[in-house]
Amino acid sequence: MDSPVKMHTKDLNFFYGDFQAIHNVSIDFTQNQVTALIGPSGCGKSTYLRCLNRMNDLIPGIRVTGKAVLDDQDIYDPSLDVVTLRRRVGMVFQKPNPFPKTIFENVAYGLKVNGVKDKAVITRVVEKSLKQAAIWDEVKDRLNESALGLSGGQQQRLCIARALAVDPEVLLMDEPASALDPIATQKIEELIDQLSSKLTIIIVTHNMQQAARVSDRTAFFYMGKLIEVNDTDTLFTKPELKQTEDYITGRFG
Amino acid sequence: MKRQNIDKTVRSGFLLVALFSIVALSLIIIFLFLEGIPILEHVSLKEFLFGQYWYPTDDPADFGILPLILGSIYVTVISGMIAIPLGVMTAIYLAQIAPATVSQIVKPIVELLASMPSVVIGFFGMVVVAPFIQQLFNIPVGLNMFNASLMLAFMAVPTICSISEDAVFSVPTALKEASLALGATHFETLVRVIVPASLSGICTAIILGLSRAVGETMVVLMAAGGAAMIPTSIFDPVRPLPASIAAEMAEAPFRSEHYHALFAIGIVLFVFTFLFNLLADHISYKFRQVGEASL
Amino acid sequence: MIKKRLRAQKICFFLLKVAVAINGAALAIIVYFIVSRGWRAISWEFLSKPPTDSMTMGGILPCIVGTVSLCMTTILFALPIGVASAIYLNEYAGQTKLVRFIRLGINNLAGVPSIVFGLFGLAFFVIVLDMGVSILAGGLTLGIMTLPVIIGASEEALKSVPKPYREASLAMGATQWQTIRKVVLPVAFPGIITGSILGLSRAAGETAPIMYTGAVFFTPDLPSSIFDEVMALPYHIYVLATAGTNIEATRHLQYGTALVLISLIFGMNLFAIIMRAKMRKKLKG
Repeated sequence: MDSPVKMHTKDLNFFYGDFQAIHNVSIDFTQNQVTALIGPSGCGKSTYLRCLNRMNDLIPGIRVTGKAVLDDQDIYDPSLDVVTLRRRVGMVFQKPNPFPKTIFENVAYGLKVNGVKDKAVITRVVEKSLKQAAIWDEVKDRLNESALGLSGGQQQRLCIARALAVDPEVLLMDEPASALDPIATQKIEELIDQLSSKLTIIIVTHNMQQAARVSDRTAFFYMGKLIEVNDTDTLFTKPELKQTEDYITGRFG
Repeated sequence: MKRQNIDKTVRSGFLLVALFSIVALSLIIIFLFLEGIPILEHVSLKEFLFGQYWYPTDDPADFGILPLILGSIYVTVISGMIAIPLGVMTAIYLAQIAPATVSQIVKPIVELLASMPSVVIGFFGMVVVAPFIQQLFNIPVGLNMFNASLMLAFMAVPTICSISEDAVFSVPTALKEASLALGATHFETLVRVIVPASLSGICTAIILGLSRAVGETMVVLMAAGGAAMIPTSIFDPVRPLPASIAAEMAEAPFRSEHYHALFAIGIVLFVFTFLFNLLADHISYKFRQVGEASL
Repeated sequence: MIKKRLRAQKICFFLLKVAVAINGAALAIIVYFIVSRGWRAISWEFLSKPPTDSMTMGGILPCIVGTVSLCMTTILFALPIGVASAIYLNEYAGQTKLVRFIRLGINNLAGVPSIVFGLFGLAFFVIVLDMGVSILAGGLTLGIMTLPVIIGASEEALKSVPKPYREASLAMGATQWQTIRKVVLPVAFPGIITGSILGLSRAAGETAPIMYTGAVFFTPDLPSSIFDEVMALPYHIYVLATAGTNIEATRHLQYGTALVLISLIFGMNLFAIIMRAKMRKKLKG
C-alpha cells in the first residue's frame, strides 16, 4: 500500500442549517483504488460523497467545515473554481439520468461544455469512452438514437461513459447499481474493477456484498460519523469495533 | 474570457432582466402619480374621493368620484355573490369528486371561459342579456348594475375556480383518509376537513377573483349603463371607475384637469387592486401549508 | 341516521354539479349566440377587405392585420424578458429577500387592471417616449401586461425539468449557464411556448390597454411599419357596438367580428391545451 493518496478529508463537518449531517470525517483515498462507503440509510454516506465534488453547493443553507483535499488543493478554498473541480471529480448517480438527447450527444456533452470543438477528437473520445464503459458493442449502430430508448442498465453504463469522457481523475458513484437488475449490476461491477486501474473510485452502496466484491477499502458510516475504515478484507472479516460487526453481520440497520 | 467568468456575467444579466418587472411596476406607479396628482390643485382629496357629482366637462367642472367608487364596489360585491359560490363549488367538485373523465371535460371549459375576451362578454351583455332582463323584470333599460355584475361574475369564476382547485387538490390524502377512516362520509370529510384545510388558498382565490372584477373594464363599460350617479336599486345604471377612464380619455384634452382626474381615478383603482393583491399575497404566505397537521 | 347523512351528501353533491353545469351553460350560451348570429357575416370578402361605407359594409382585414401585428410585438418583447426572468428566479436565485421582492412585484404587476396599463402606455410610451399611437406602443403595453403570465408559465416549465439532468451536467464540469442552455432550456422549451401562447391569447382579446396606445377607430390603410396606428379586432367590436354610425344595422358585422376574435383565441388555446396534453404523455414516458 505505498500508492499515493489522491484525495482525503480531514475533520470534515457538514451542516444543513442547524442540523449537522456529517461529524469530523477523515478518510484517505488512495490513487487507483476503489473505496466503498457503507452504512444504513440516512447515515450520511451520500451526503459525504457529494461533499467531494461540491454537489451539495446546490442546496441553499448548507455549511462545510474542515478540509477536503484533492492532490494538494483544498477543494473548499474560495479561490478554487468549482467547475474545474467537477471536471476532475466525475460523478455517476443512483438513478441513470441520461439527457433526452442522442447517445452520441450524451457522451459528447461533457467535451463540448469543456470547450472541445474538434469533431474528430470528439468522435474518437466518444468511442473510447463507450468502449471503456463496456457499452460500445451494444450501441455502436444506434449512436444517433435517443438515449432514453436504452434499458436501465445500458443507460447507467452510458452515464458512466459520459462521466469518463471528460477524463476525470476521481469517479464518485452514488449507489450506481441500486436501480438495476442483477445481470446489469454484475456488468457495472466488472466495469468498476476495470476502471480502477486508471481512476480513483469512491462508491456509495447499501449492499455489503457489493462493497466486498468491488472495493479495496471500505468505510463504515453511522449517524453521520465515520465508525471505521480499513482494508475491505479486514473490515469484513475482523472488524475492530462491535458496532461495525453488528452492521455487517446484519444485527442492526 | 473564461467560461466561468461568462457564467457570472450571464447570471448578473439574468438578474437585471428579472428586475424588469419591478421597474415596470414602479414606472406604472410613477406615471399614474405624475399625471394624477395635479388634479389636487383643483379639488381637495376629500372633495375628489367623497364628492357626489362627476361632471368633468361642465364649467365649472365637478370632480367627485364617490358615485364611481360606489359603482365599482356594488358591481364587485354583487358579482362576488354570484362568482364565489359558483367558482368555489366548481373547484371542490373538480378537485375532490369529479371522475377523471368529467374533469377532463370541465377543466378546458373553465379555461375557455377564462380566455373569453372581455369585450365579447361585454358585447354579449349588451346585445343578448340586456334585452332579456329588460323584458323579464319589466324595467326601462337592461344596461345596469345587475347586468354588469352578472357578466363580471363569469369573468371572475375561472380565476376563483382554478386557484381554489389547486388549494383543495393539494390537501394531503392522509388527512382525507384519516377522516374517512373515522366513519365520516365523503361529504362530511369535505366540509370538516378538506375545505378548512384549504381555506387560505380559497381566500386567496376569492380575493384575486374580486380584484379582477374591480379592474375589469370592457364589461362595465358596455353593460353597466354608464350613469355617474349613486345607484339606489340593483337595476340602476352605474359607471364604475374603469368605465369612466375608458369612456372619457378620448375626449379629455391632453393634461387638462379632466385628463389629470382620469389618471387620479387610475390611482384609486390601482390602490384598490394593489391592496387586494397584498392581502392575497399575505394570506398565501402566512398560511402556507407546512406539515400535514397545519390546518 | 346514516341514511340522513348520506342524503345530505347527495343533495350537496347535486348542488356542486349544478354549479359546474352553470359554468358550462354560460360558455355554451355565449358561444352559441356569437356563432349562430356571426357565421352568416363570415365570407372571404369579410376576411379580406377593409370596411367600407363608414364601417357599415365591407370586411375586417385591417383589424385582423392589426391584432396580429400587436400580438407579434407583444411576444417579441415579453417572451425574452419573461423567460430570462423565470430562469433567474428558478435557476439562479435562492430564497433571498430580493427574490421575494421580485416575486411580489410580478404578482402585483399581474393584478394591475388592464385600463391602468392603458393609462400607463398612454403616458409613457405614447407621450414621453414619443411613439405616438402605434403598433409599438400598443404592443409594448400589452407586453408588460402579459409578462407575469409568461414568467409564470416559464417557471412552471423549468420546474418540470428533472433535477438529475442538472446534476449530471454540473457533475461533468459544465457551468450553470451551459447547463441551462444545453440541457434545461431544450427540455423546458415546449412548456414555455405552450404557456406563452395562452398568455398571448389573452393579450389578443384585450381592449382597454390598446384603446389609447395602439388601436384607432378607423384607418383605411394597412400598417407599413411598427410606428403606424392600427385597427384591432376587440376594439372594432367595441366601436361598432357602441359608437358606430348605425349600430343596429351593423349587428351582423359585430357578431362576425366577435366570432373571428373568439375563433382566433380559442384556436390558440386549443392548440396550447392539446400540445400540453401531448407533452404530459411524453413526460410520463
